[in-house]
Amino acid sequence: MARPWARRLGAALAIALALSTLAFAQAKPSIILATTTSTQDSGLLDALVPRFEKARGIEVKVIAVGTGAALRMAGSGDADVVLVHAPEAERKYVESGDLIDGRLVMHNDFVIVGPPDDPAGVSKGKSAADAMRAIAARGTFVSRGDDSGTHAQELALWGTARIDPKAVARREETGQGMGATLNIADQKRAYTLTDRGTYLSLRSRLGLAIAFQGDPALRNVYHVYAVNRAKHPKTRYSEARAFIDFLVSPPVQQAIGVFKRDVYGESLFFPDALTR
Amino acid sequence: MTAIVLRTLLVSGLATLLAVLVGVPAGYLIARRSFRGRTLLLGVVNTGMGMPPVVVGLIVWVMLVRSGPFGDLGLIYTQAAMVVAQFLIATPIIIGFTAASIQALSPRLPDLLTVLGAGRVRTLWLLAREARLGLLVAVMAAFGAIVSEVGASMIVGGNLERSTRVLTTAIVTETSRGEIERALLLGLVLLALSFVVNLTLTVVQQRSRP
Repeated sequence: MARPWARRLGAALAIALALSTLAFAQAKPSIILATTTSTQDSGLLDALVPRFEKARGIEVKVIAVGTGAALRMAGSGDADVVLVHAPEAERKYVESGDLIDGRLVMHNDFVIVGPPDDPAGVSKGKSAADAMRAIAARGTFVSRGDDSGTHAQELALWGTARIDPKAVARREETGQGMGATLNIADQKRAYTLTDRGTYLSLRSRLGLAIAFQGDPALRNVYHVYAVNRAKHPKTRYSEARAFIDFLVSPPVQQAIGVFKRDVYGESLFFPDALTR
Repeated sequence: MTAIVLRTLLVSGLATLLAVLVGVPAGYLIARRSFRGRTLLLGVVNTGMGMPPVVVGLIVWVMLVRSGPFGDLGLIYTQAAMVVAQFLIATPIIIGFTAASIQALSPRLPDLLTVLGAGRVRTLWLLAREARLGLLVAVMAAFGAIVSEVGASMIVGGNLERSTRVLTTAIVTETSRGEIERALLLGLVLLALSFVVNLTLTVVQQRSRP
């Protein structure tokens, strides 16, 4: 009895199975890098990671989450290396011995962006705290609300302004990454706090302008750490260490400084590993 | 783009295949055998047909993450982890549709086939042939569900650009980056892919109509 449909289906399935075996067979050493959405959304890691993979033959799995989640992954040994920007939160993990070999990699700064006509008069503030007070009084604010480094920075700014963010009537949390949050702020004609790099890389598609910048409290510092193998035996320390050495090496530091500078006319990140 | 399309087909195709291998026999047994708790089991399966993929993804993540019970397998953030999650989403769908389509056949058909001299294996095969309209619906529903699913793939695959980014997670990434044209294009490709697969299965289903 001829059953052409069955034979054809069987052949298709056999091919699928063979292909999948091939796909899963290639195992090369890999590490998990838990990092922030800002390094991912700006495209910086897309530019750096392939260089490292090519030079060292180590695959890097970049998991872009908030800094809080990245640190928790390190704390449970679910990541090998973290690139994060919330020094306060990082310190706890260094003290507990989960993170070692910390190195300063780079910085940029946070800016408060909002509708170009600045309805809340944020730009008139003398400090970041003034700006937050103006937003609380007259503006709408969209928060990351995702326990990220940017979210931590925002909460610190509310603290400096002595305002309880929960009491700000027109403040909403997106629970999403920086790019998505900027889009939402744009659509709702709201203010938000963003790292300069992500803002610059999305600026052409947003109707948002910088409303406040320049306060030293808005400095945004990125550190890289390896997860301590003595505490989490399943982690890959030597490969993580190689990635750290790569990030702080002179050619890569230089590449960070010029990353997309030709596109935006200014640097998205400023390398720090060699200067101090 | 091509890589993402092939990867999407590979992961969801393999998960569907595995779900068929497990789900069709299971659905057959549930439909044909009577045992204690059968209705309860069918209720569980039918609930599973509507199981939120993101919950499945979360459970698989907890199981496969390095500090989890199966962490030593090193499967988290791989295509294999995505296949596991999608398999778990697809299997109840296959079981449910299979059970329904087998039950739609005359309950005396197996005896009849045996009387006509068909062996055990042959009987099963002929039954599957009789039920194939429903079985192919099962395959299409399962593949359609997992190829369009985003939550579980994002959580267990990690949306890695060169290994685990599939069409749905790529759409999320491009949208979040504000690359709306690219996101829309990927959406069209996903629709086209779904259409081609379903059309192929429909041709198979209709060509050998009894």
